Amino acid sequence: MSGSTPASPTVSDAAGALREPKQVSLGMEAWRRFRRHRLAVAGAFILAFMALAVLLGPWLWPVAINDIDFTSRLQGPSWKHPFGTDDLGQDLLARMIYGGRISLAVGVVAMLIAVFVGVVLGAISGISRGSVDAALMWVTDLFLSLPQLPMLLLVIYLFRDSLKKYIGAEAGIFILIVVVIGIFRWMPVARLVRAQFLSLREKEFVEAARALGASTTRQVVRHILPNALGPVIVAATIDVAAAIIFESTLSFLGLGFPPDIPSWGRLLYDAKDHLDVATHWALFPGGAIFLTVLSITYIGDGLRDALDPRRVM
Amino acid sequence: MGKYLLRQLLIIIPKVIGISIVLFTVLALAPGDPFEELATNPAVPPEVRANLRAQFGLDDPVAVRYVRWSTSMAKGDWGFSFASRVNVDELILQRLPTTLAVIGSSIVIALVIALVVGVYAATRPYSLFDQIASTFALIGFALPTFFTGIVFILVFSIALDWLPFVYRADLTATGWRWAWEQFRQMLMPVMVLALFQGASWTRYVRSAVLDVIRLDYVTTARSKGLAERVVILKHVVRNALIPVVTVVALQMPTVFGGAIVTEQIFRVPGIGSLLISAILANDTPVIMAVTFVLSCLVILCNLLADIAYVWLDPRIAYR
Repeated sequence: MSGSTPASPTVSDAAGALREPKQVSLGMEAWRRFRRHRLAVAGAFILAFMALAVLLGPWLWPVAINDIDFTSRLQGPSWKHPFGTDDLGQDLLARMIYGGRISLAVGVVAMLIAVFVGVVLGAISGISRGSVDAALMWVTDLFLSLPQLPMLLLVIYLFRDSLKKYIGAEAGIFILIVVVIGIFRWMPVARLVRAQFLSLREKEFVEAARALGASTTRQVVRHILPNALGPVIVAATIDVAAAIIFESTLSFLGLGFPPDIPSWGRLLYDAKDHLDVATHWALFPGGAIFLTVLSITYIGDGLRDALDPRRVM
Repeated sequence: MGKYLLRQLLIIIPKVIGISIVLFTVLALAPGDPFEELATNPAVPPEVRANLRAQFGLDDPVAVRYVRWSTSMAKGDWGFSFASRVNVDELILQRLPTTLAVIGSSIVIALVIALVVGVYAATRPYSLFDQIASTFALIGFALPTFFTGIVFILVFSIALDWLPFVYRADLTATGWRWAWEQFRQMLMPVMVLALFQGASWTRYVRSAVLDVIRLDYVTTARSKGLAERVVILKHVVRNALIPVVTVVALQMPTVFGGAIVTEQIFRVPGIGSLLISAILANDTPVIMAVTFVLSCLVILCNLLADIAYVWLDPRIAYR
């Protein structure tokens, strides 16, 4: 999977057509396979739309997220408030845009941490034989059997206040949540990478590199790792969805972001006591989480088809 | 078989010790004093506080504290709750049956859904049923439990007014009436969990059955004239279940996490809601104990999975 992402299709098409009509780069081939999974493409579009909406939203909808207006409490959707208002008369569309930024950012950053830790530990354990491998796998199995949500709650409970004191409420909670989710999600990636390494390190091309005198680091970084990344990319996609769900769960339990930082889960938590009078309040953030996770899952499915060359398509 | 079981039981011991080390490390690394609640009380003079610290051994090195903590946990002395002044083990024993009932029944229902739908869909791949089932499985998997819980309350409690949305531990009815009330209030929490897990397991069952159904021995079984029912149930499903058991065991932490959420939504008085209320009340001994109990339950489920392997494929025991 060392092929770069398809840059501009027209240019590479033209270049390809000039030299050799049948030659297609790995990235182009993956893109062709991905496109055949129609739901994955739809998911990619929806996710791109959501990302754009939360990035550009504050300019297109310049309403403060904490504008309290008691004359319009718990109102349903209207032209003035497209997503309605909450019990303090705050505009829900503005809060949803803000919350989307938090939820998506948590998802991506937590995924990066989990994948980084997983790839490093999986690679070390996959390339080294004997006691190092055994010890790392034991730790992986141990972390796999830890109940993640209670551990997350425990860590957040123990570290929340002091981090808030040193870094500030918003950044402190963000860093804590992202790091903790990352720490409890790296195990599947580590196992995947290790399994890939175990088979790849015996392949001829690695042996050739070794025969040419490549150091272990070079073998790993230049030869084994790029070939092991396909399944990791798929797992990383799913990890984004898992991290978004984790963050919403924490906020939904009242232990994630504080009420002045309305992530989607926090909006749901605030909405759950007013279900009978303000249904829209719960349905919009819940629907947003659902749509994001569904899109990411379909994208993951599409990537699996695209990045597995053994699959005939 | 006996040897295999003994080995699996012995593997548990280092795992439990490992988990207790992880828990204790987290607690020891945490800034702030777990006894802050007592220490910041102005009615307690500084000498008394110092005596208390010495009595609880807070000034000793970490390793000494770990050994003392773990031995007292092993002896069954789990301390007392700061918030309710009750022994922690009593508190947990009170709450545990409810949680086990909710989790147990939802796992059973989820497995039934996953097996029936997954096997039926896999024996008719790419049919209309398969496509509908796959779509629903993905949707159910993408709907987080806290959102389905809220939607269930909106539909079944508020719009239709069929089911109560607050779980009551003090039902006054007796006999059949009690059983009916209990069933009604368990239905939503259990189904929220069961549908989520069922959806995700359905996908694994389907792909596992599809992997096995192409193998030669299945063709052999068919060609010797066995009924399709027998081929599927006795030859295909049994072998397809082995990877499914792995996935189910691996997802146990998720199940327990989901149980915490549903207990919180429907106010079920289990250990999940005990954990949340303990966190909100800064009740450290209860938090530690509940997390430890939940970890042990996950390990117990993994042991059950290991036993299930042997039942599915007796060769595993002789490896």
